[in-house]
Amino acid sequence: MKRWAALLTVIVVGALLLWAEGDMPAFGDPDAPAHAHVAPRYIEEGAEETGAANLVSAILADFRSFDTLGEITVIFTAGVSVILLLRRGERL
Amino acid sequence: MRENVVIRTVTRLAVPFILVFGLYIILHGSSRAGGGFQGGVIVASAFILIGIAFGLDETQRRIREKVRTIASILGISIFIGIGLLCILFGANFLGYAAIPLPLDTPWVRGLMMEAVEIGIGITVMAVMTSIFYDVATKEEGE
Repeated sequence: MKRWAALLTVIVVGALLLWAEGDMPAFGDPDAPAHAHVAPRYIEEGAEETGAANLVSAILADFRSFDTLGEITVIFTAGVSVILLLRRGERL
Repeated sequence: MRENVVIRTVTRLAVPFILVFGLYIILHGSSRAGGGFQGGVIVASAFILIGIAFGLDETQRRIREKVRTIASILGISIFIGIGLLCILFGANFLGYAAIPLPLDTPWVRGLMMEAVEIGIGITVMAVMTSIFYDVATKEEGE
């Protein structure tokens, strides 16, 4: 019984996701909202503003550095969790 | 637990090059393809290679657990420290342009990006190495 309920849930959620996928912008669409808001400004002025030739780094480490701080916190938390669960021997 | 002589010799030859390559990737974060995450993982792979070739006990003596833990905290502290430094000079958190260096604004921002990448690299390196050694260490008496 439980197994069938799980299967039903998977099918219903999958169908919902497939149905919603139709409203997403096409892959690589230049008019997609993600490419229309701040991205043109990053591309046009990012290199001069940050002095970085690598635009990906300019976005990661400058324009959206707070997001990157969150990412590094996630990695740090994973490391601390492994230390707490598995480390033997020394105390720290 | 030592691997045979071929593996040990190749590791001894390869590790310096891997470390230099990792540092290169970290330090070219803003000018070429590179960054803290990638470079940190490459440096960590050198340490993991040492661990595989020379045995965990030998390596634990060289790179102690305490050092790795402190390094992971140090990296994230560099990042947060630069962010707070910007607040100190009257800008937003991580608003690099406010830091008063005798350089043009793009240079300051580029330099601070590098500093942040170094922090990211140190933390990623320490955490990756730490996870590998903690998972691989055997329980005493096993």
